[in-house]
Parts: sequence; structure tokens; C-alpha cells
Amino acid sequence: MKRKPPFPLVRTIASWFIALLLFFPLFWLGITAFKTEGQAIAGNLFFTPTLASFVEVQARSDYLHYAFNSLVTSVVSTVLGLLIAAPAAYSMAFFRTKKTRDILMWMLSTKMMPAVGALVPVYVMAQTTGMLDSLPALIIVFTLSNLPIMVWMLYSAFKEVPNDILEAVRLDGATVWDEFRHAILPLTMGGIASTGLLCLVLAWNEAFWSLNLTSAGAGTLAALIAQYSSPEGLFWAKLSAASLLAIAPIIVFGWFSQKQLVQGLTFGAVK
Amino acid sequence: MAFLELKNIVKEFGPVRTIKGIDLQINKGEFIVFVGPSGCGKSTLLRLIAGLESVTAGTISLDGRDITEVPSSKRDLAMVFQSYALYPHMTVFDNMSFALKLAKVDVAVRKEKVERAAKILNLTQYLQRTPKELSGGQRQRVAIGRAIVRAPKVFLFDEPLSNLDAALRGQTRVEIANLHRDLGATTIYVTHDQIEAMTLADRVVVLRDGLIEQVGAPLELYDRPANQFVAQFIGTPQMNVLAAAALPELTRIAGARLPADGSVGVRPEYVRIGRAGEGIAGKVELVESLGSDTLIHTRVGANVPLVSRQSERTSLKLGDAVGIEIDPNALLFFDSQGRALREMQRAA
Repeated sequence: MKRKPPFPLVRTIASWFIALLLFFPLFWLGITAFKTEGQAIAGNLFFTPTLASFVEVQARSDYLHYAFNSLVTSVVSTVLGLLIAAPAAYSMAFFRTKKTRDILMWMLSTKMMPAVGALVPVYVMAQTTGMLDSLPALIIVFTLSNLPIMVWMLYSAFKEVPNDILEAVRLDGATVWDEFRHAILPLTMGGIASTGLLCLVLAWNEAFWSLNLTSAGAGTLAALIAQYSSPEGLFWAKLSAASLLAIAPIIVFGWFSQKQLVQGLTFGAVK
Repeated sequence: MAFLELKNIVKEFGPVRTIKGIDLQINKGEFIVFVGPSGCGKSTLLRLIAGLESVTAGTISLDGRDITEVPSSKRDLAMVFQSYALYPHMTVFDNMSFALKLAKVDVAVRKEKVERAAKILNLTQYLQRTPKELSGGQRQRVAIGRAIVRAPKVFLFDEPLSNLDAALRGQTRVEIANLHRDLGATTIYVTHDQIEAMTLADRVVVLRDGLIEQVGAPLELYDRPANQFVAQFIGTPQMNVLAAAALPELTRIAGARLPADGSVGVRPEYVRIGRAGEGIAGKVELVESLGSDTLIHTRVGANVPLVSRQSERTSLKLGDAVGIEIDPNALLFFDSQGRALREMQRAA
């Protein structure tokens, strides 16, 4: 019999408290976006909503332009990443060598280095190749920075495919491509989808490299938000409106794909 | 000329030599069973034939063609796995027709072949189901069906019945035997179950420790084992093997044939339990009543175990004193290395 956890009431209250604590900034951001600048500073909970800040943001800086850049960089970097990571993960999962574990660890270790450590070399490379403030530069950086996670996630997904099934496919006369197309792909679709989704979200939310490598031309939504925290002072309502616009698509997207995302993050962790 | 020929096959995994040099010739249409204890290399040998592992040395040829370096997909073999290895995302129909689809066989032909195989295996009503909607026995039949549909040169079975319960195992064993009789396809079957080996095989290959101990028809192995290992591996309960010096009465029974430093084997059905005072004096240690058979475990002489098997039931109990007779014509003799001494058997 499963033991019931003690103090159900205390636990319920505690979970609600923590959930609300985490949700509060988002909630505040949401209502501030519909305030005037004056109301925003006053900080009242009750007010007459207005769309003035959104109109102002769209007028001052072209939201759609930044959204387009975000969309292109995240989608292209995800697709590109999957194309590179899938064969890598395939060879590591099905043709292990003594060094496979080390290579995987080494790949992951690159994620442990602070991004700022690589800022100067990457910036100089982008500058000398004339790729500053360009979409390809961001796509390359996003792809490379997400690659270790993608390889790891796909590796765990592929590892779940029983070896017997692959051998059966081979005996049935399958080429390497047939094997991938008819056995591995359909069996690991869930893992591949969640890998793609996660990397899409990570690329969309990426701020460090977008802020440092782009300006008006290839700037993503992160760059748009940053414009509203300027040295001349904070414009809370407009900052909130811009932020809400930036995160809205990915929140909607995440809402619909949360099952896949959770599956991807716990892949291999639970049997 | 043999249909499938293994010449001096050696397989090493790192420093471990799993297959230590095997020569074997298999004829077309033969049902060959590889049998042996776990770790004897029987599954590895099958995987080498399938091309799922590469040989370290030696050659494999099939139907006159050297296939040693040919990849699995081009060897024209079909394998039934212990785990069934069905494609979980495909229906039974797709599972069975997958190889034909890869070979770009015409859709109508595919359908016809799958339906014919499904009929043989009683799977017709399940063709549109996925494997997870089937019972273990049905999955096993789909795995067999997948192999049949392709009409391969050789069928390979890797312990196909070990995931089934006892009743289903017996039933499927009969089905496999019937199938082989009907199709006449060359088959190699790996098992650790000697009942399967005895009932299915035309010839049994007994393996131990990466080497062939003996190849022969089932009853040949039973009656004329090449050595003590085969003698004791084939047959349930195990053959009694006693050191020649263990029991003074052996000299009386075997006479001059008794090897001085070897051992004597006798199958339990040739050990008769009689009244105390007749034959060799012994004590009942355990009685196993199986219904059709009764196994009586006794101790004789200096605590030497001796098992008897009889078809009559018994009222003997633990500790009862008995007299034991051994049929002198049923004795097998082994030298000190455990090799069978042929010339002495069934003499006298």
C-alpha cells in the first residue's frame, strides 16, 4: 500500500504559496502591460485597462520584425541542430566505443562554461566575417549552443530502442537509411519531438547572444525588450507590453506541448 | 556439398574467446538444434551465422557462396528472436510484410504471401492489430510468420519458446515441428532445453565452452554419447555416472570391461529398485512422483547417489532400505578424461 504523505493541508498550502510566488512576476507583468505609465508606477491592482502601451511599442519599434527574427532563428537552428545531432546520437547509441561516454561528457562540459567566456572570440569572429547583426550568425550560435543538449536527449531516446528490433530490421534486408526511417524514427518520435520543442524554446528565449551580436537588423524579441530598459529610465508599462508580446507565443506553444516537453526532460531518467 | 558450411569459426570478444574453432556442415532442409548450457556459445554461433556479429576467423558459406563478410541484410536469412522483436509501431500485417516491402515486392504479391502465412499460423483475424494487443503466443507466431513470408534460405530461431509458459511451449513446439515438416526449410534452432532439442532436431549439435562436443541424431546422442558431458546433458533425469572404483559391485556387473581409472554411466531407467537384500544395498533418499514416472533417489555404498526411474508408482519412503539392480547391457564407460570408451559398450 502506498503511504500517504503527512500534513496534507500544510502541503497544499505550501504548494499553492510556492506556485503563486513563482507566478506572481508573470501576473504583474501581464497587468502592467495594460496600464498607462502613470498607473504602472502607482502599482494599483485595480485600474481601467488600456492598449496604449502595445500601440506605442508597435509604433516605436516594429514588433513583427523582431518576432520574425525570433521565429527564423529558433526554427532554423532547431532543424539544423536536429540534422546534426541525430546522426551523432545514432552512432553513439548504436555503435558505442570505449570513448563514447567521454565524448558525451565533453560535449556536456561545454555547456558548463559561462557563455560570456566565449563572447570576445565569437564576437571577433562574427565581426571579421561580416556577420555581426545577421541572422546566420545567431542561427550558428544557437545551433552550436543547443547541440550538446540535443545530442544527449536524442542519445537517451535512441538508447531506448531495443537492439533486437534493429537486428530484426537488418535481417529483413534494411539498409542503414531504411533502419532509421522505418524503425528508429517512428519508435523515437516522442523523444525527437521533445528535443526539438525544448531547443525551440531555448532558442526563442535566448538573450545573451542576441543582445551582444545583433542590433536593429537581426535583433530578436529579447533585443526588443531590452530597448525598453534604457539609460533614460524604465518605462514599466511599455517594458511589460514588449515582454508580454515576446513571451506570449512561446507560452501558448509551451502550453500545448507541455506533455512532450516534460517527457523530453525526464527521458531516460524514469523507466 | 553442404548447404551451409562453417569452417574453423572463431569469435573473440576482446580477450575472451567465445567460439574456439567450429566446423559444421548443414544439409538443405535439415533441422539442426544447437544445445548446451548457458555461456556455451550457442547463441553467439547463431548470431555469427546471421551476420549480427562478425567472425574473428574462419569462413561461412551458404548455398555455394562465401557469406563471411556479407552484411545480415544481404544473407537471405530470417531469424526469430527470443524477445520476438516485433516492430511495435506496425500492425501484424505490416510486421509480416516489412521484408517484402523493403525488397520492393509488388503489393498484391505481398498481400497474398502474408495472408497465406497468416492462415498457416492462425493469425488471419489479427492482421490489423498491433503487437501490444496480442498475447505472448500470438506474438511468437507473428515472429515466425515474419520469417516464413520471406521464404529465406535458412530459418534461425534463438530460444524462441523461452518466454512462453510451459503449456504454450509444448504446443508451439509441435507447431514448429509441423511447420518444418510442411515447408521443409533449412532451420537452425538454439535452445538450452534438451526436450526441444530431442523432439525437433534431425541432428543436434551439443556445444560446451565454445566447442562442439558432439553432433548427431537425438537418439544417437542419447544412446551413444561421445563423452560424459553429452551423456549427462542429454536426458532427464541426468545419467548416473559413478567412478569405477566407487562401488565394488560394479566389478561384478561390468566384469572385465570396467576401466580402472574411468567411470561408468547408467541411465536411470536401467536402474531397478528391488527388495532389500537383493543386488546392491541402498537407502531411499527422495521419491519424486511425477504421475507417469517415479524418480527414486538413493544412496549406495560409500554415500554414492544413484537415481532410478520407473513407470510404476511406489510406496517407498525416505530412509527405506532397498536392493538395486543395474542392467549390465545398459552401461556406458568413460575414460579418466570423460571420453566414451566405445569398444567396451554393449559388449559381453
